[in-house]
Amino acid sequence: MFAHSFWTVHDGLIIHHWNLSNYATLFQNPLYVQVLFRTVRMAAAVTILSVLLGYPLAYFLSFRAGPRKELLYQLVIVPLWISYLVRGYAWKTILGSDGVLNGFLQYLHITHGPVSALLYSPFAVVLMLTHIYTPFVFLPIYASLEHIPRPLIEASQDLGASPRQTFFRVILPLSIPGLLAGATFAFVLSLGDFLAPLLVGGPSGTMIANLVQSLFGAAYDWPLGAAISVFILIVTLALLAITQRIEMRWSKRWSLE
Amino acid sequence: MTTAPPTAAPLPSGATLLEVRAVSKQFGARQVLKTLSLEIAAGEFLTLLGESGSGKTTLLRLIAGFEQPTAGEIWMRGTRLDILPPYKRPVNTVFQQYALFPHLNVSENIAYGLHASNTPKNEIAARVNDALDMVRMQEFAAADPARLSGGQQQRVALARALVNRPELLLLDEPLSALDANLRKEMQFELKSLQREVGIAFLFVTHDQEEAMALSDRIALLRDGALEQVASPREIYARPATAYNAQFIGQTNLLRAIIREGVADCGSFQFPYAGKDASALFSLRPEAITLAEDTPQPADPVRFSATIRQQIYSGATELLELETTTGAFLRARIASRKPLSGSHDFVFSVRDAIAVRE
Amino acid sequence: MNSATANSKPRSPVLAAYATIVFAFIYLPIIVLVVYSFNRDGVGGFPPRHFTFDWYRQLFADSAIWDSVLNSLIVAVGAVALSLTLGLLAALALDRADFPGKALFRRLVLLPLILPGIITGLSLLLFAVRLNLELSLITILLGHGTALISVATTEIFAGLQKMDRRQEEASLDLGATPWRTFWLVTLPNLKLSLIAAGLLIFTLSMDEIAVTFFLYGREYTLPLEIWGRLRRGITPEINAISTLILVASIILITVWYHLRTRSLRS
Repeated sequence: MFAHSFWTVHDGLIIHHWNLSNYATLFQNPLYVQVLFRTVRMAAAVTILSVLLGYPLAYFLSFRAGPRKELLYQLVIVPLWISYLVRGYAWKTILGSDGVLNGFLQYLHITHGPVSALLYSPFAVVLMLTHIYTPFVFLPIYASLEHIPRPLIEASQDLGASPRQTFFRVILPLSIPGLLAGATFAFVLSLGDFLAPLLVGGPSGTMIANLVQSLFGAAYDWPLGAAISVFILIVTLALLAITQRIEMRWSKRWSLE
Repeated sequence: MTTAPPTAAPLPSGATLLEVRAVSKQFGARQVLKTLSLEIAAGEFLTLLGESGSGKTTLLRLIAGFEQPTAGEIWMRGTRLDILPPYKRPVNTVFQQYALFPHLNVSENIAYGLHASNTPKNEIAARVNDALDMVRMQEFAAADPARLSGGQQQRVALARALVNRPELLLLDEPLSALDANLRKEMQFELKSLQREVGIAFLFVTHDQEEAMALSDRIALLRDGALEQVASPREIYARPATAYNAQFIGQTNLLRAIIREGVADCGSFQFPYAGKDASALFSLRPEAITLAEDTPQPADPVRFSATIRQQIYSGATELLELETTTGAFLRARIASRKPLSGSHDFVFSVRDAIAVRE
Repeated sequence: MNSATANSKPRSPVLAAYATIVFAFIYLPIIVLVVYSFNRDGVGGFPPRHFTFDWYRQLFADSAIWDSVLNSLIVAVGAVALSLTLGLLAALALDRADFPGKALFRRLVLLPLILPGIITGLSLLLFAVRLNLELSLITILLGHGTALISVATTEIFAGLQKMDRRQEEASLDLGATPWRTFWLVTLPNLKLSLIAAGLLIFTLSMDEIAVTFFLYGREYTLPLEIWGRLRRGITPEINAISTLILVASIILITVWYHLRTRSLRS
């Protein structure tokens, strides 16, 4: 794939002529740049929302759920195994003009006509991806919260820190590795997602991976598609490496058993 | 942690600091602590001694605030303590596994409580320094807790608790994770530290030797109830029950029938003023000596026995004796040439302590 | 040390409410999906009325769907075989052997788990093109098999770590060759891990769409078939098949979970 990205297309054939022109196109073509930025924004939105949903959930399960903790944990995990396609389809049916949500709103007389802006928009894509990735973000955060030895919490309270102080000074710092892992996961996967935009994104919700996919399909420019893919790959690997470095540096300051 | 102004006048030693009033604790169907009451005096070293499951750790956690009593109250200096959360109590704990914060270095760990109570920055630095001095860990100020040895971590845990100047320090079996030599050393350090700082220590352990060595008073717990609360010497010399006599040190338990002022143990008798009944006596092995040794004990009771086993341990040796009536006793005597066969033994009546079952 | 939760722990109703909302967010779309598969008026509108099995009936008569199910099964079984074999080798290598580049190897093996499907899919596509392979079920099978090696490796590696090495030593001591030992001692011990991994791979393969998207030829797997219909429009028949997939996944995952806890306990 790496090799392909350096080649060009000419008259519907792939010429093995090494150059960087594909990469240049990626960065100079305003359409591509726009989509790229939009993708990054959307991936960021998904990440932030997933964390906002996932972290409190993990905290609740780990610290407040008591004996039902195990059961609730299973309940969070189960949706992960439900097909991506199935979940995407569900959102499609909900957000459509004559979808469930619109029907619901009209039933309650909150709106008087279908709101068509829900589906086929970046909003729908972000919503769907957040739905998919919240459990993914939950998992490592929960794991790292569970890993915190409970005597540390007691020690913190014993020394005079209120529950709020204990959270910010002990629990949160010690949960950062899990948080980082989950967020990276969500961001990287959202960045490269092409199915959600196809299902619910519409033309305004296209993401960069869709460009790649069409380049391998109808638009037939494999080298360019490869170039963009390589770019995505490099960004992904770079992000992974960075967060791993941060994680290691953070936990080198300490080690939990 | 105390929110009272640091200028509150310290109680004169001996005045009651903490009162546990008729406290009991149940976990579901399990009664872990039966109704008990206890007082802790300011500046004293009180040990909660007992086997695992005796409830000593639970009692400690009730005082620290990590559990709530099912019934009863805990008071400190006129303030009711059990309704306060742990972070509002002027009590600090040294945890069994130290519970040092892994993401903070030693100084930051120690300063934690001070930060939580909004102590001014310069004061924090000074007090952390003093605390480090007190436990002799100055050169480890910026160290990573995970890299410290068990003994060092324990000292940091101590410093972290003491820097907040609590009225009462709770220690949950802090020495149990250390090896034997280090343990003895830390016992000395703890004792002198407590003298130096003058704070009341509530110390939990299952090791009776440790309790005897360190405490001003021992509170012996068994199955959630207090068997006896007294100084080590008192508990040793005058145990209240057979359990106490056996738990602390070694003893011979003699069953006797008291009739008309004489306690008859089968192998021997001695005068005892008491109602006619069956009774139990505790006789410490070191109270029994060979009849031929001088000086003779006062009010001697003599009996004859055969030496079945002789266990040498340096300065003293333990003799396992079988009396003429087939009863087994243990005697601890000063070491001498190996003995065998039948000998006469003697003990003072005063050393036979009547105990409850 | 008694570590029972303190009774003085504050109840946080706000947090509990928030958690409930998050749970609702996660589950509502799925519930909606299932409910509407029984709705006579199809998808959309509110509230659902007229309970019916019609869509399921239509589904069962739909031969294209069942062809694709068969295809998916073929691919899944093949992927399981491939992944388990290669994953077993990889896990053994990681657990037992020491070789230069081991850390890199570990990273590479686990990489497909975190990469977006499009990257893995495209790489496999280009690779297949280089090898002049025609796209078909075979390519899908190979694709799933290699992409899911990571899953197999992780599970089997965990199982290897938990295994009591002394059993193998005892076997060798009693005169069995390493080869025999592997078959008679090591593998049986890994039984639970292998089954668990197999179940997981099977489920993931049946659901797989992102990688499959680039590797298909004339025959469709179930997700591809559904995808195709989605592009054409929404029918509640899809709700029905989705519900069935949901139920099947839950069953498989429950079995997987029980196997896992059983292996953890032993």
